[in-house]
Amino acid sequence: MQAKISVQNVSYTYADGTEALKHVSLTIRANEIFVLFGPARSGKTTLLRLFNRLSDLTPGADYRGTILVDGQDVFALGVNVTDLRRRIGMVFAVPTPLPGSIRGNLTYGPHMAGIRDTALLNERIERSLTQAALWDEVKDRLDHPASRLSGGQKQRLCIARSLMLEPEVLILDNPTSGLDPISTSMVEESLYELKQQYTVIMVPHSVQQGARVATRAAFMLDGELVEIDTAERMFKHPKDQRTEDYITGRFG
Amino acid sequence: MNTTKSTDARTNSHRRTLKRQQTNQIATVVITGVAGLVVLPIILVILYIFINGIGAISWEFLTAKPRNGMTEGGIMPALLGTLLLTFGTGIVCIPLAIGAAIYLAEYAGDNRLTRWVRLAIVNLAGIPSIVYGLFGLGMFVLFLNFGTSIVAGSLTLGIMTLPVVISTAEEAILAVPQEFRVVSQSLGATRWQTIRHQVLPHAIPGIITGVILGLSRAAGETAPILFTVAAFYLPDLPQSVFDQTMALPYHLYVIATQVPGMPLEIQYGTALVLLLLVLSLTLIATVIRTNMRRRRDW
Amino acid sequence: MSALPVTLRKRLRTLVRDVPFDAVRNIQWSLLDWREILIESLIRLAGISSIIIVGMIFLFLLREGIPTFLDIPLRQLFESRWYPNEGLYGMWPLIVGSLIVTVGAIIVALPLGLITAIYLGEIAPEWQREILKPLIEVLAGIPSIVLGFLGWIALAPLIQKLGAPTGLTALTGSLILAYMALPTIISISEDALYAVPKEYRDGALAIGATRWQTIRHVVLPAARSGLVMAVMLGIGRAIGETMAVMMVTGNAAFVPTFGADMALQPVRTMTATIAAEMGEVAQGSMHYHVLFGIGIMLFLITAAINSLAGRLVGTSGNRRRGGQL
Repeated sequence: MQAKISVQNVSYTYADGTEALKHVSLTIRANEIFVLFGPARSGKTTLLRLFNRLSDLTPGADYRGTILVDGQDVFALGVNVTDLRRRIGMVFAVPTPLPGSIRGNLTYGPHMAGIRDTALLNERIERSLTQAALWDEVKDRLDHPASRLSGGQKQRLCIARSLMLEPEVLILDNPTSGLDPISTSMVEESLYELKQQYTVIMVPHSVQQGARVATRAAFMLDGELVEIDTAERMFKHPKDQRTEDYITGRFG
Repeated sequence: MNTTKSTDARTNSHRRTLKRQQTNQIATVVITGVAGLVVLPIILVILYIFINGIGAISWEFLTAKPRNGMTEGGIMPALLGTLLLTFGTGIVCIPLAIGAAIYLAEYAGDNRLTRWVRLAIVNLAGIPSIVYGLFGLGMFVLFLNFGTSIVAGSLTLGIMTLPVVISTAEEAILAVPQEFRVVSQSLGATRWQTIRHQVLPHAIPGIITGVILGLSRAAGETAPILFTVAAFYLPDLPQSVFDQTMALPYHLYVIATQVPGMPLEIQYGTALVLLLLVLSLTLIATVIRTNMRRRRDW
Repeated sequence: MSALPVTLRKRLRTLVRDVPFDAVRNIQWSLLDWREILIESLIRLAGISSIIIVGMIFLFLLREGIPTFLDIPLRQLFESRWYPNEGLYGMWPLIVGSLIVTVGAIIVALPLGLITAIYLGEIAPEWQREILKPLIEVLAGIPSIVLGFLGWIALAPLIQKLGAPTGLTALTGSLILAYMALPTIISISEDALYAVPKEYRDGALAIGATRWQTIRHVVLPAARSGLVMAVMLGIGRAIGETMAVMMVTGNAAFVPTFGADMALQPVRTMTATIAAEMGEVAQGSMHYHVLFGIGIMLFLITAAINSLAGRLVGTSGNRRRGGQL
């Protein structure tokens, strides 16, 4: 299968000297659910934010190595960053609806990209919300404030909001961290649907969740990539002792 | 014996504690008293001017021109002039200050240029108002040849007002949660789109507060307009922005110290109008700020 | 490159180092939309405008004021006779006048301001703070001309009853100035006290110190640098004040005789001199240049004070509120 994202020997040090990534190399293929797991502060979020260059918002860091999306270096001069971010959607650990209505949240991305055609937007709203398993719950109150939704609904709205831009890659950084089990299963449910169309990269809330959803997985520890494999082998027969210790709950 | 000693020690320590508590009480009373001494006169000053000046205020006082060597009539030209100047100050100051605040909050990195900009703003805030007056005279009145005019005065006052507005506007912009910026940019918005659609709408009440506070200061200033716009007495209202105008603060100075035989009531009345104008602006700013804090839903 | 002198090369290298690599890398190329480029350029221009403006202020003061220092021997400038009509520009009385009034104001305002800040920060219950702080903001908002007017019409007669030949004295000026400097001193002192970690207070109270002991031995020492700054900015505010001072200090350009009643003699400050005389001088005359020369001195004094105070707070530092992202 073709490499969607290719990380080649990437190191990243924050302005305060924290080494967040050390010589990480990995490949993410198109249309898989790639799970990136490991203990807190192991560099997962840092790595994900390099893919769409949200890392630009944290100035002063030292970055080395190469990240290719569809064979294109994302840090090369001349890269259209806003376009890159439209191609790589991102959902954060905390639900982050912007102030305003549900519809306003959904149309924000397209509006910023200059898409104003109401019919097209309405069509996309329905499709995105359906894919995020939220359509039935909110279809009658699209103009209500997004802040009145429940935590799980907010997070699914955020997923739908990313889908509005019809991205190629969807990054989910621990999207179920604050959610109850029912909301969590609804979000997971929607992942299978999404996999058909998008490349999904996810930091799971737990090893179990990772094992449930992953096609392939990578284990990170202290900014290093320990192991990368198919989900089946990774979660059943890990090669590295540290991976096994983590999966079986001996630390972390 | 052992017992007595320990009792002694206990009485001693007890006495010390008592003394400490007395000192504490005295200190508290003194501090409270001094705080009262500071605050009470503020109320007295306002009341004093109000009581002495309220009698002079009438519709005619506000809408008529001064008559008979300014010893009769009203203060309309001065009031109008101050309103014009405040308006002009806003035109000069608002775009520049908001731009600078956006720059500092959203664009400036942690580098030498930013430190120079901040140092410059601190210095602008500290330059004496009379020095602004000299600058306005040197640059706008003479060098740019605007003459003593509303333009020159507004430019001078506008520049003087910059630091107040910049710092309050920057605070307001920084108070907008960082999440909004991250989310907005992750959705493919450019930096300016993010500022325009996610930052400014939430910062605007704070920015308005700063602007009004700044303008209220400008409205009450005398020294910067002395040589740039203010006229002792004008029989006619200004016809263009290149004319002089009378202004309330300078008018108060003139009638208090330069015109012999000025009825006290007119002096107090003028002071009261100026005070009310400035304080009501301050009050509006405070109300907006309080409302903003209450309404915030993030 | 080798043709460049060594110092210039060094200078260039620091310049290059100061442009963060990020800044180059993070240029968002989608911004090639001309409107975005225009807006971002305008914002950057507004950002550095403060530097340009400070520069221009100094430039124009120099332009009009420089003949003072070129054409009049420095020794004459600091003589004690200010008779512009006779070509005598001794600024000493004005400098002394500014000094007396400012020092007097700080002597009055510092204890009052500091104690009020302590009251607001450490003693006053919440509801009092809610009333008092806006009230002090109101004081900061009262135009100086109004306070000057009050000083002229109400305070001066009171001072005269103290036995001074006239009510328009250095003391009158100091009192009015003290009141005007109070909001500055109070708010900066309060910030300084507020910045003292709560743990310090709790620690002191936990080992049995009374509230006063805590304030006296723990809070005040910890807030010291902030309090120094309050004094400095208070001085900066007082030395530049013009209208109120001009109305109440009597405007006599003499060096007051040293003694117990020094405060009860009329003086004239640097600021008041500019305000009072600029209206009457011929443009381009020496008198005119000298008034700008006084302006240069005022500019330099306040710039020194404010730069120093700015250094004290530390101008850098990330003040952005930590969010969840």
